Amino acid sequence: MGLTVKSTGNQVFSKTNKKKYRYQIAIAGNPNVGKSTIFNALTGMKQHTGNWPGKTVENTTGICTFHKENYLLVDIPGTYSLMSNSEEEEIARDYICFTPLDATVVIVDATCLERSLNLVEQIMEMTQNVIVCVNLLDEAQKKKIEINLKKLEKILGVPVVGTIAKKKKTLRILMETIEKTVKSKKKQEGKIIKYSQEIEEVIMNIQNKIEYHSSQTSLQKRWCVLKILDGDEKIIQTIEKKQQIKIQKNEELQNYLQKLRQQKEFQKQYIRDKLINTIVKETEEICKEVVIFHEEDYQKKGRKIDKILTSKIWGIPIMLAFLGIILWITIIGANYPSQVLSAFFGKIQEYLEAWASLYEIPVWLKGIAIDRNLSNRNMDSSCYATTYGNILSFIYFIRGLGSFTKNCI
Amino acid sequence: MQKLGQIALNQTAYIDSIECEENIKRRLLELGLIQGTKIKPVFKSPLGDPTAYEIRGTLISIRNEEANRIIVKTR
Ligand SMILES: Nc1nc2c(ncn2[C@@H]2O[C@H](COP(=O)(O)OP(=O)(O)OP(=O)(O)O)[C@@H](O)[C@H]2O)c(=O)[nH]1
Ligand SMILES: [Mg+2]
Repeated sequence: MGLTVKSTGNQVFSKTNKKKYRYQIAIAGNPNVGKSTIFNALTGMKQHTGNWPGKTVENTTGICTFHKENYLLVDIPGTYSLMSNSEEEEIARDYICFTPLDATVVIVDATCLERSLNLVEQIMEMTQNVIVCVNLLDEAQKKKIEINLKKLEKILGVPVVGTIAKKKKTLRILMETIEKTVKSKKKQEGKIIKYSQEIEEVIMNIQNKIEYHSSQTSLQKRWCVLKILDGDEKIIQTIEKKQQIKIQKNEELQNYLQKLRQQKEFQKQYIRDKLINTIVKETEEICKEVVIFHEEDYQKKGRKIDKILTSKIWGIPIMLAFLGIILWITIIGANYPSQVLSAFFGKIQEYLEAWASLYEIPVWLKGIAIDRNLSNRNMDSSCYATTYGNILSFIYFIRGLGSFTKNCI
Repeated sequence: MQKLGQIALNQTAYIDSIECEENIKRRLLELGLIQGTKIKPVFKSPLGDPTAYEIRGTLISIRNEEANRIIVKTR
Protein backbone atom coordinates (compact mmCIF):
# COMPACT_ATOMS: atom_id res chain seq x y z
CA MET A 1 0.00 0.00 0.00
CA GLY A 2 2.93 2.29 0.55
CA LEU A 3 1.30 4.18 3.33
CA THR A 4 3.87 3.85 6.04
CA VAL A 5 5.16 7.38 5.84
CA LYS A 6 3.05 10.11 7.27
CA SER A 7 2.76 13.65 6.14
CA THR A 8 3.15 16.05 8.99
CA GLY A 9 2.98 19.30 7.19
CA ASN A 10 5.65 18.23 4.73
CA GLN A 11 4.92 16.53 1.48
CA VAL A 12 5.48 12.84 1.24
CA PHE A 13 5.95 10.54 -1.70
CA SER A 14 3.25 8.05 -2.35
CA LYS A 15 4.96 4.84 -3.37
CA THR A 16 2.15 3.61 -5.53
CA ASN A 17 1.46 6.85 -7.28
CA LYS A 18 4.94 8.34 -7.45
CA LYS A 19 3.53 11.73 -6.61
CA LYS A 20 3.90 13.96 -3.61
CA TYR A 21 0.97 14.59 -1.36
CA ARG A 22 0.33 16.52 1.78
CA TYR A 23 -2.93 15.14 3.09
CA GLN A 24 -4.17 11.61 3.48
CA ILE A 25 -7.91 10.98 3.33
CA ALA A 26 -9.77 7.69 3.79
CA ILE A 27 -13.02 7.02 1.94
CA ALA A 28 -15.19 4.64 3.95
CA GLY A 29 -18.82 3.53 3.81
CA ASN A 30 -21.31 0.70 3.39
CA PRO A 31 -20.95 -1.55 0.35
CA ASN A 32 -22.35 -0.25 -2.92
CA VAL A 33 -22.86 3.38 -1.91
CA GLY A 34 -20.60 4.83 -4.59
CA LYS A 35 -17.24 5.03 -2.84
CA SER A 36 -15.27 3.89 -5.88
CA THR A 37 -17.34 6.03 -8.22
CA ILE A 38 -16.50 9.12 -6.17
CA PHE A 39 -12.90 8.00 -5.74
CA ASN A 40 -12.55 7.58 -9.50
CA ALA A 41 -14.13 10.93 -10.24
CA LEU A 42 -11.77 12.68 -7.83
CA THR A 43 -8.57 10.88 -8.75
CA GLY A 44 -9.20 10.23 -12.43
CA MET A 45 -8.57 6.55 -11.81
CA LYS A 46 -10.52 3.59 -13.10
CA GLN A 47 -11.27 1.44 -10.09
CA HIS A 48 -13.82 -1.22 -10.76
CA THR A 49 -17.30 -0.04 -9.91
CA GLY A 50 -20.63 -1.69 -10.37
CA ASN A 51 -24.04 -2.35 -9.08
CA TRP A 52 -23.29 -5.13 -6.66
CA PRO A 53 -21.66 -4.99 -3.26
CA GLY A 54 -18.16 -5.99 -2.36
CA LYS A 55 -16.17 -5.09 -5.43
CA THR A 56 -13.42 -3.35 -3.55
CA VAL A 57 -11.69 -5.77 -1.23
CA GLU A 58 -8.49 -3.96 -0.49
CA ASN A 59 -7.36 -0.40 -0.07
CA THR A 60 -6.66 1.45 -3.28
CA THR A 61 -4.90 4.78 -3.34
CA GLY A 62 -5.00 7.66 -5.77
CA ILE A 63 -4.02 11.29 -5.90
CA CYS A 64 -6.51 14.10 -6.16
CA THR A 65 -5.28 17.58 -6.89
CA PHE A 66 -7.45 20.38 -5.58
CA HIS A 67 -6.48 24.04 -5.42
CA LYS A 68 -2.93 23.00 -6.35
CA GLU A 69 -2.64 20.77 -3.31
CA ASN A 70 -2.28 16.98 -3.57
CA TYR A 71 -4.46 14.69 -1.50
CA LEU A 72 -3.88 10.97 -1.21
CA LEU A 73 -7.30 9.34 -1.27
CA VAL A 74 -7.71 5.79 -0.05
CA ASP A 75 -10.72 3.76 -1.20
CA ILE A 76 -11.34 1.22 1.54
CA PRO A 77 -13.64 -1.85 1.34
CA GLY A 78 -17.30 -1.28 2.04
CA THR A 79 -18.63 -2.64 5.35
CA TYR A 80 -21.81 -2.38 7.35
CA SER A 81 -19.97 -2.27 10.62
CA LEU A 82 -16.48 -2.29 12.03
CA MET A 83 -17.18 -4.55 14.95
CA SER A 84 -17.53 -8.10 13.81
CA ASN A 85 -14.70 -9.87 12.17
CA SER A 86 -14.80 -10.29 8.47
CA GLU A 87 -11.66 -9.68 6.50
CA GLU A 88 -12.97 -6.48 4.96
CA GLU A 89 -14.04 -5.10 8.30
CA GLU A 90 -10.61 -5.72 9.72
CA ILE A 91 -8.86 -4.01 6.81
CA ALA A 92 -11.19 -1.05 7.06
CA ARG A 93 -11.04 -0.74 10.83
CA ASP A 94 -7.28 -1.13 11.16
CA TYR A 95 -6.77 1.39 8.46
CA ILE A 96 -9.02 4.01 9.97
CA CYS A 97 -7.72 3.43 13.48
CA PHE A 98 -4.03 3.09 13.06
CA THR A 99 -3.19 5.35 10.15
CA PRO A 100 -2.59 8.98 10.95
CA LEU A 101 -5.29 10.29 8.65
CA ASP A 102 -6.03 13.94 8.01
CA ALA A 103 -9.71 13.19 7.49
CA THR A 104 -12.10 10.30 6.96
CA VAL A 105 -14.98 10.69 4.54
CA VAL A 106 -17.84 8.33 5.29
CA ILE A 107 -20.08 7.91 2.28
CA VAL A 108 -23.65 7.01 3.13
CA ASP A 109 -26.64 5.97 1.05
CA ALA A 110 -29.35 8.63 1.04
CA THR A 111 -31.96 5.97 0.31
CA CYS A 112 -31.23 4.06 3.51
CA LEU A 113 -29.63 6.51 5.85
CA GLU A 114 -30.55 4.67 8.99
CA ARG A 115 -28.36 1.69 8.31
CA SER A 116 -25.52 3.84 7.04
CA LEU A 117 -25.47 5.95 10.17
CA ASN A 118 -24.53 2.97 12.28
CA LEU A 119 -21.16 2.97 10.56
CA VAL A 120 -20.85 6.75 10.86
CA GLU A 121 -21.34 6.52 14.63
CA GLN A 122 -18.74 3.79 14.89
CA ILE A 123 -16.20 5.75 12.89
CA MET A 124 -16.83 8.93 14.86
CA GLU A 125 -16.08 6.89 17.96
CA MET A 126 -12.64 6.02 16.70
CA THR A 127 -11.25 8.91 14.74
CA GLN A 128 -11.26 12.69 14.43
CA ASN A 129 -12.03 14.82 11.38
CA VAL A 130 -14.90 12.76 10.05
CA ILE A 131 -16.90 14.11 7.11
CA VAL A 132 -20.23 12.59 6.18
CA CYS A 133 -21.03 12.46 2.48
CA VAL A 134 -24.67 11.66 1.73
CA ASN A 135 -24.49 10.17 -1.77
CA LEU A 136 -27.18 8.91 -4.17
CA LEU A 137 -29.27 12.00 -3.56
CA ASP A 138 -30.78 11.53 -7.03
CA GLU A 139 -31.99 8.05 -6.14
CA ALA A 140 -33.43 9.36 -2.89
CA GLN A 141 -35.26 12.05 -4.77
CA LYS A 142 -36.74 9.47 -7.13
CA LYS A 143 -38.00 7.57 -4.13
CA LYS A 144 -39.34 10.79 -2.62
CA ILE A 145 -37.05 10.67 0.36
CA GLU A 146 -35.95 13.99 1.73
CA ILE A 147 -33.00 14.41 4.05
CA ASN A 148 -32.40 17.50 6.09
CA LEU A 149 -28.63 17.72 5.70
CA LYS A 150 -28.25 20.86 7.81
CA LYS A 151 -30.02 19.26 10.71
CA LEU A 152 -27.99 16.07 10.34
CA GLU A 153 -24.84 18.13 10.47
CA LYS A 154 -26.00 19.77 13.65
CA ILE A 155 -26.93 16.50 15.33
CA LEU A 156 -23.73 14.67 14.37
CA GLY A 157 -21.44 17.63 14.97
CA VAL A 158 -19.39 16.92 11.83
CA PRO A 159 -19.61 18.41 8.31
CA VAL A 160 -22.28 16.83 6.11
CA VAL A 161 -22.21 17.14 2.30
CA GLY A 162 -24.83 15.92 -0.14
CA THR A 163 -23.60 14.43 -3.43
CA ILE A 164 -24.64 12.82 -6.68
CA ALA A 165 -21.55 10.99 -7.89
CA LYS A 166 -22.07 11.95 -11.52
CA LYS A 167 -22.47 15.65 -10.77
CA LYS A 168 -19.04 17.25 -10.65
CA LYS A 169 -20.43 20.29 -8.91
CA THR A 170 -21.50 18.31 -5.86
CA LEU A 171 -18.08 16.66 -5.69
CA ARG A 172 -16.48 20.06 -5.71
CA ILE A 173 -18.36 20.94 -2.58
CA LEU A 174 -17.11 17.70 -1.06
CA MET A 175 -13.51 18.64 -1.86
CA GLU A 176 -14.01 22.12 -0.47
CA THR A 177 -15.27 20.62 2.75
CA ILE A 178 -12.31 18.25 2.91
CA GLU A 179 -9.96 21.16 2.31
CA LYS A 180 -11.55 23.21 5.04
CA THR A 181 -11.34 20.31 7.46
CA VAL A 182 -7.71 19.41 6.89
CA LYS A 183 -6.62 23.04 6.96
CA SER A 184 -8.30 23.91 10.22
CA LYS A 185 -5.86 24.13 13.10
CA LYS A 186 -7.83 22.05 15.50
CA LYS A 187 -9.01 18.54 14.72
CA GLN A 188 -12.73 18.18 15.14
CA GLU A 189 -14.67 15.50 16.96
CA GLY A 190 -18.29 14.63 16.33
CA LYS A 191 -20.91 14.22 19.02
CA ILE A 192 -20.21 10.65 19.99
CA ILE A 193 -22.64 8.22 21.54
CA LYS A 194 -23.19 8.33 25.28
CA TYR A 195 -23.98 4.98 26.80
CA SER A 196 -25.97 4.42 29.98
CA GLN A 197 -24.67 6.05 33.12
CA GLU A 198 -23.60 2.69 34.47
CA ILE A 199 -21.49 1.96 31.42
CA GLU A 200 -20.04 5.45 31.29
CA GLU A 201 -18.86 5.06 34.88
CA VAL A 202 -17.15 1.81 34.08
CA ILE A 203 -15.52 3.43 31.06
CA MET A 204 -14.07 6.11 33.33
CA ASN A 205 -12.84 3.52 35.80
CA ILE A 206 -11.08 1.50 33.16
CA GLN A 207 -9.60 4.59 31.57
CA ASN A 208 -8.04 5.57 34.88
CA LYS A 209 -6.29 2.24 35.13
CA ILE A 210 -4.49 2.48 31.81
CA GLU A 211 -1.24 4.26 31.15
CA TYR A 212 -1.67 5.77 27.76
CA HIS A 213 0.94 6.94 25.36
CA SER A 214 1.20 10.72 25.51
CA SER A 215 0.23 11.18 21.89
CA GLN A 216 -3.16 9.53 22.25
CA THR A 217 -6.26 11.64 21.90
CA SER A 218 -9.10 11.36 24.39
CA LEU A 219 -11.16 9.81 21.63
CA GLN A 220 -8.58 7.06 21.10
CA LYS A 221 -8.44 6.45 24.83
CA ARG A 222 -12.18 6.02 25.01
CA TRP A 223 -12.30 3.77 21.98
CA CYS A 224 -9.65 1.54 23.44
CA VAL A 225 -11.74 1.17 26.61
CA LEU A 226 -14.82 0.30 24.59
CA LYS A 227 -12.88 -2.48 22.89
CA ILE A 228 -11.70 -3.78 26.25
CA LEU A 229 -15.29 -3.79 27.52
CA ASP A 230 -16.36 -5.53 24.38
CA GLY A 231 -13.68 -8.15 24.98
CA ASP A 232 -12.43 -8.44 21.42
CA GLU A 233 -9.04 -10.11 22.01
CA LYS A 234 -7.67 -9.63 18.56
CA ILE A 235 -8.19 -5.91 18.42
CA ILE A 236 -6.85 -5.52 21.95
CA GLN A 237 -3.60 -7.16 20.89
CA THR A 238 -3.36 -4.84 17.92
CA ILE A 239 -4.01 -1.81 20.10
CA GLU A 240 -1.29 -2.91 22.54
CA LYS A 241 1.17 -3.24 19.73
CA LYS A 242 0.32 -0.15 17.70
CA GLN A 243 -0.30 2.26 20.52
CA GLN A 244 2.25 0.85 22.94
CA ILE A 245 0.04 0.43 25.95
CA LYS A 246 -0.28 -2.42 28.41
CA ILE A 247 -3.63 -4.10 28.71
CA GLN A 248 -3.30 -7.83 29.16
CA LYS A 249 -0.35 -7.49 31.52
CA ASN A 250 -1.91 -4.67 33.46
CA GLU A 251 -2.81 -6.51 36.65
CA GLU A 252 -4.88 -3.81 38.24
CA LEU A 253 -6.96 -3.58 35.11
CA GLN A 254 -7.34 -7.31 34.71
CA ASN A 255 -8.44 -7.71 38.33
CA TYR A 256 -10.98 -5.00 37.87
CA LEU A 257 -12.29 -6.61 34.69
CA GLN A 258 -12.52 -10.00 36.31
CA LYS A 259 -14.73 -8.60 39.04
CA LEU A 260 -16.73 -6.61 36.57
CA ARG A 261 -17.48 -9.63 34.42
CA GLN A 262 -19.08 -11.33 37.41
CA GLN A 263 -21.98 -8.94 37.12
CA LYS A 264 -24.39 -10.30 34.62
CA GLU A 265 -24.81 -7.08 32.69
CA PHE A 266 -21.08 -6.77 32.14
CA GLN A 267 -20.51 -10.24 30.78
CA LYS A 268 -19.11 -10.07 27.29
CA GLN A 269 -22.30 -11.00 25.51
CA TYR A 270 -24.59 -8.72 27.45
CA ILE A 271 -22.37 -5.73 27.21
CA ARG A 272 -21.84 -6.24 23.51
CA ASP A 273 -25.56 -6.36 22.87
CA LYS A 274 -26.01 -3.30 25.01
CA LEU A 275 -23.42 -1.28 23.13
CA ILE A 276 -24.84 -2.21 19.75
CA ASN A 277 -28.38 -1.58 20.97
CA THR A 278 -27.46 1.91 22.04
CA ILE A 279 -25.99 2.74 18.67
CA VAL A 280 -28.96 1.34 16.75
CA LYS A 281 -31.44 3.25 18.92
CA GLU A 282 -29.47 6.43 18.50
CA THR A 283 -29.43 6.17 14.71
CA GLU A 284 -33.14 5.43 14.77
CA GLU A 285 -33.72 8.65 16.69
CA ILE A 286 -31.52 10.68 14.37
CA CYS A 287 -33.40 9.41 11.33
CA LYS A 288 -36.73 10.33 12.84
CA GLU A 289 -35.38 13.86 13.00
CA VAL A 290 -33.82 14.22 9.57
CA VAL A 291 -35.52 11.86 7.10
CA ILE A 292 -38.92 12.51 5.54
CA PHE A 293 -40.59 9.85 3.40
CA HIS A 294 -42.96 11.62 1.07
CA GLU A 295 -44.19 8.36 -0.34
CA GLU A 296 -44.45 5.50 2.12
CA ASP A 297 -44.58 2.90 -0.61
CA TYR A 298 -41.29 3.89 -2.17
CA GLN A 299 -39.89 0.45 -1.45
CA LYS A 300 -42.02 -1.23 -4.03
CA LYS A 301 -40.26 0.45 -6.89
CA GLY A 302 -37.10 -1.38 -7.62
CA ARG A 303 -36.10 -3.24 -4.55
CA LYS A 304 -32.48 -3.48 -3.66
CA ILE A 305 -31.52 -6.19 -1.25
CA ASP A 306 -28.59 -6.40 1.05
CA LYS A 307 -27.18 -9.83 0.96
CA ILE A 308 -26.55 -10.68 4.49
CA LEU A 309 -27.14 -14.34 4.94
CA THR A 310 -27.71 -15.76 1.55
CA SER A 311 -27.20 -19.33 0.60
CA LYS A 312 -23.91 -20.12 -1.02
CA ILE A 313 -24.93 -23.40 -2.51
CA TRP A 314 -27.78 -22.34 -4.74
CA GLY A 315 -26.38 -19.08 -5.98
CA ILE A 316 -24.16 -20.53 -8.67
CA PRO A 317 -26.56 -23.08 -10.22
CA ILE A 318 -29.21 -20.39 -10.40
CA MET A 319 -26.75 -18.04 -11.94
CA LEU A 320 -25.88 -20.66 -14.56
CA ALA A 321 -29.55 -21.19 -15.26
CA PHE A 322 -29.91 -17.48 -15.80
CA LEU A 323 -26.98 -17.51 -18.12
CA GLY A 324 -28.65 -20.28 -20.09
CA ILE A 325 -31.81 -18.22 -20.46
CA ILE A 326 -29.83 -15.26 -21.65
CA LEU A 327 -27.94 -17.32 -24.21
CA TRP A 328 -31.21 -18.77 -25.37
CA ILE A 329 -32.62 -15.31 -25.83
CA THR A 330 -29.56 -14.35 -27.79
CA ILE A 331 -29.84 -17.25 -30.19
CA ILE A 332 -33.56 -17.82 -30.51
CA GLY A 333 -34.98 -14.67 -29.05
CA ALA A 334 -33.04 -12.34 -31.27
CA ASN A 335 -35.56 -13.15 -33.96
CA TYR A 336 -38.48 -11.91 -31.94
CA PRO A 337 -39.51 -8.34 -32.48
CA SER A 338 -37.98 -6.12 -29.86
CA GLN A 339 -41.44 -5.12 -28.73
CA VAL A 340 -42.16 -8.61 -27.53
CA LEU A 341 -38.86 -8.76 -25.78
CA SER A 342 -39.30 -5.46 -24.05
CA ALA A 343 -42.71 -6.52 -22.88
CA PHE A 344 -41.13 -9.69 -21.57
CA PHE A 345 -38.38 -7.85 -19.77
CA GLY A 346 -40.71 -5.15 -18.59
CA LYS A 347 -42.91 -7.65 -16.94
CA ILE A 348 -40.32 -9.67 -15.17
CA GLN A 349 -38.03 -6.82 -14.45
CA GLU A 350 -39.06 -6.11 -10.90
CA TYR A 351 -39.01 -9.75 -10.03
CA LEU A 352 -35.70 -10.29 -11.74
CA GLU A 353 -34.20 -7.37 -9.99
CA ALA A 354 -35.19 -8.54 -6.57
CA TRP A 355 -34.30 -12.10 -7.26
CA ALA A 356 -31.02 -11.27 -8.89
CA SER A 357 -29.84 -9.15 -6.05
CA LEU A 358 -30.78 -11.89 -3.65
CA TYR A 359 -28.15 -14.01 -5.31
CA GLU A 360 -25.80 -11.27 -6.30
CA ILE A 361 -26.11 -11.87 -9.98
CA PRO A 362 -26.39 -8.34 -11.24
CA VAL A 363 -22.71 -8.80 -11.93
CA TRP A 364 -23.45 -10.16 -15.34
CA LEU A 365 -27.10 -9.38 -15.76
CA LYS A 366 -25.99 -5.81 -15.49
CA GLY A 367 -25.43 -5.44 -19.18
CA ILE A 368 -28.88 -6.78 -19.96
CA ALA A 369 -31.97 -5.80 -18.20
CA ILE A 370 -31.69 -4.63 -14.70
CA ASP A 371 -29.02 -2.03 -14.46
CA ARG A 372 -30.06 1.20 -12.81
CA ASN A 373 -29.43 3.16 -15.97
CA LEU A 374 -30.60 0.66 -18.51
CA SER A 375 -33.92 0.21 -16.84
CA ASN A 376 -34.77 3.78 -17.70
CA ARG A 377 -34.01 3.48 -21.38
CA ASN A 378 -36.59 3.51 -24.06
CA MET A 379 -37.25 -0.15 -24.54
CA ASP A 380 -38.74 0.07 -28.01
CA SER A 381 -35.85 1.69 -29.72
CA SER A 382 -33.18 -0.56 -28.38
CA CYS A 383 -33.51 -4.22 -27.83
CA TYR A 384 -31.74 -5.38 -24.74
CA ALA A 385 -30.86 -8.80 -25.93
CA THR A 386 -28.11 -7.94 -28.33
CA THR A 387 -25.36 -10.42 -28.79
CA TYR A 388 -22.88 -7.80 -27.80
CA GLY A 389 -24.65 -7.21 -24.52
CA ASN A 390 -24.56 -10.88 -23.78
CA ILE A 391 -20.90 -11.33 -24.46
CA LEU A 392 -20.25 -8.37 -22.24
CA SER A 393 -22.37 -9.90 -19.54
CA PHE A 394 -20.56 -13.14 -19.85
CA ILE A 395 -17.30 -11.39 -19.18
CA TYR A 396 -18.87 -9.65 -16.21
CA PHE A 397 -20.11 -12.99 -15.08
CA ILE A 398 -16.70 -14.64 -15.13
CA ARG A 399 -15.13 -11.65 -13.46
CA GLY A 400 -17.85 -11.53 -10.90
CA LEU A 401 -17.59 -15.14 -9.82
CA GLY A 402 -14.79 -14.31 -7.43
CA SER A 403 -16.55 -11.52 -5.66
CA PHE A 404 -19.77 -13.41 -5.84
CA THR A 405 -18.95 -16.22 -3.48
CA LYS A 406 -17.16 -14.05 -1.02
CA ASN A 407 -19.99 -11.90 0.12
CA CYS A 408 -22.20 -14.55 1.65
CA ILE A 409 -21.56 -15.77 5.13
CA MET B 1 -43.69 -16.29 20.68
CA GLN B 2 -42.85 -17.56 17.25
CA LYS B 3 -39.84 -18.06 15.07
CA LEU B 4 -39.21 -15.54 12.35
CA GLY B 5 -39.02 -18.40 9.85
CA GLN B 6 -42.65 -19.26 10.61
CA ILE B 7 -44.06 -15.86 9.86
CA ALA B 8 -46.14 -15.77 6.69
CA LEU B 9 -45.24 -13.43 3.87
CA ASN B 10 -46.31 -9.83 4.45
CA GLN B 11 -47.14 -10.44 8.10
CA THR B 12 -45.55 -8.00 10.49
CA ALA B 13 -43.59 -9.27 13.46
CA TYR B 14 -41.39 -7.73 16.16
CA ILE B 15 -37.98 -9.03 17.15
CA ASP B 16 -37.80 -10.50 20.62
CA SER B 17 -34.46 -12.24 20.78
CA ILE B 18 -31.80 -13.75 18.56
CA GLU B 19 -30.45 -17.17 19.36
CA CYS B 20 -28.01 -17.55 16.51
CA GLU B 21 -24.34 -18.20 16.86
CA GLU B 22 -22.52 -15.21 18.35
CA ASN B 23 -20.98 -13.82 15.16
CA ILE B 24 -24.18 -13.94 13.19
CA LYS B 25 -26.16 -12.55 16.07
CA ARG B 26 -23.84 -9.61 16.25
CA ARG B 27 -24.13 -8.95 12.57
CA LEU B 28 -27.90 -9.04 12.76
CA LEU B 29 -27.91 -6.66 15.70
CA GLU B 30 -25.65 -4.28 13.84
CA LEU B 31 -28.09 -4.29 10.98
CA GLY B 32 -30.68 -3.08 13.39
CA LEU B 33 -32.48 -6.27 14.41
CA ILE B 34 -32.68 -5.27 18.03
CA GLN B 35 -35.49 -6.11 20.41
CA GLY B 36 -38.78 -4.51 19.40
CA THR B 37 -37.79 -3.88 15.78
CA LYS B 38 -40.50 -4.35 13.18
CA ILE B 39 -39.71 -6.97 10.55
CA LYS B 40 -41.70 -8.34 7.64
CA PRO B 41 -40.95 -11.19 5.23
CA VAL B 42 -41.70 -9.86 1.75
CA PHE B 43 -40.69 -12.59 -0.63
CA LYS B 44 -38.96 -15.91 -0.88
CA SER B 45 -36.33 -16.83 -3.39
CA PRO B 46 -37.29 -19.46 -5.97
CA LEU B 47 -36.07 -22.33 -3.85
CA GLY B 48 -37.65 -20.97 -0.69
CA ASP B 49 -34.36 -20.10 0.93
CA PRO B 50 -33.26 -17.42 1.70
CA THR B 51 -36.14 -15.06 2.38
CA ALA B 52 -36.06 -11.31 1.98
CA TYR B 53 -37.23 -9.23 4.94
CA GLU B 54 -38.17 -5.62 5.14
CA ILE B 55 -36.59 -3.88 8.07
CA ARG B 56 -36.00 -0.22 8.84
CA GLY B 57 -36.81 0.83 5.31
CA THR B 58 -34.47 -1.62 3.59
CA LEU B 59 -34.47 -5.24 2.56
CA ILE B 60 -32.13 -7.87 3.85
CA SER B 61 -32.07 -11.54 3.04
CA ILE B 62 -31.72 -14.12 5.76
CA ARG B 63 -31.28 -17.86 5.45
CA ASN B 64 -34.08 -19.91 6.92
CA GLU B 65 -31.62 -21.63 9.20
CA GLU B 66 -30.99 -18.31 10.88
CA ALA B 67 -34.58 -17.13 10.67
CA ASN B 68 -35.59 -20.14 12.72
CA ARG B 69 -33.35 -18.97 15.51
CA ILE B 70 -34.83 -15.51 15.65
CA ILE B 71 -37.68 -15.27 18.10
CA VAL B 72 -40.43 -12.80 17.30
CA LYS B 73 -43.72 -11.56 18.66
CA THR B 74 -46.68 -10.88 16.44
CA ARG B 75 -48.38 -8.69 19.04
N1 LIG C 1 -27.89 7.21 -9.41
C1 LIG C 1 -26.70 7.19 -8.81
N2 LIG C 1 -25.92 6.10 -8.90
C2 LIG C 1 -24.74 6.10 -8.27
C3 LIG C 1 -24.30 7.22 -7.51
N3 LIG C 1 -23.09 6.91 -6.98
C4 LIG C 1 -22.78 5.67 -7.40
N4 LIG C 1 -23.76 5.17 -8.19
C5 LIG C 1 -23.80 3.82 -8.80
O1 LIG C 1 -23.83 2.88 -7.74
C6 LIG C 1 -23.12 1.70 -8.09
C7 LIG C 1 -22.11 1.31 -7.03
O2 LIG C 1 -21.03 2.22 -7.00
P1 LIG C 1 -19.55 1.83 -6.51
O3 LIG C 1 -18.75 3.08 -6.62
O4 LIG C 1 -19.05 0.64 -7.19
O5 LIG C 1 -19.82 1.48 -5.00
P2 LIG C 1 -18.77 1.15 -3.83
O6 LIG C 1 -19.23 1.90 -2.64
O7 LIG C 1 -17.37 1.41 -4.29
O8 LIG C 1 -19.01 -0.39 -3.62
P3 LIG C 1 -18.04 -1.46 -2.89
O9 LIG C 1 -16.68 -1.30 -3.48
O10 LIG C 1 -18.67 -2.75 -3.23
O11 LIG C 1 -18.11 -1.20 -1.45
C8 LIG C 1 -22.53 1.97 -9.46
O12 LIG C 1 -23.36 1.35 -10.41
C9 LIG C 1 -22.56 3.48 -9.59
O13 LIG C 1 -22.69 3.89 -10.92
C10 LIG C 1 -25.16 8.37 -7.41
O14 LIG C 1 -24.88 9.38 -6.77
N5 LIG C 1 -26.34 8.29 -8.08
MG1 LIG D 1 -15.73 0.12 -4.43
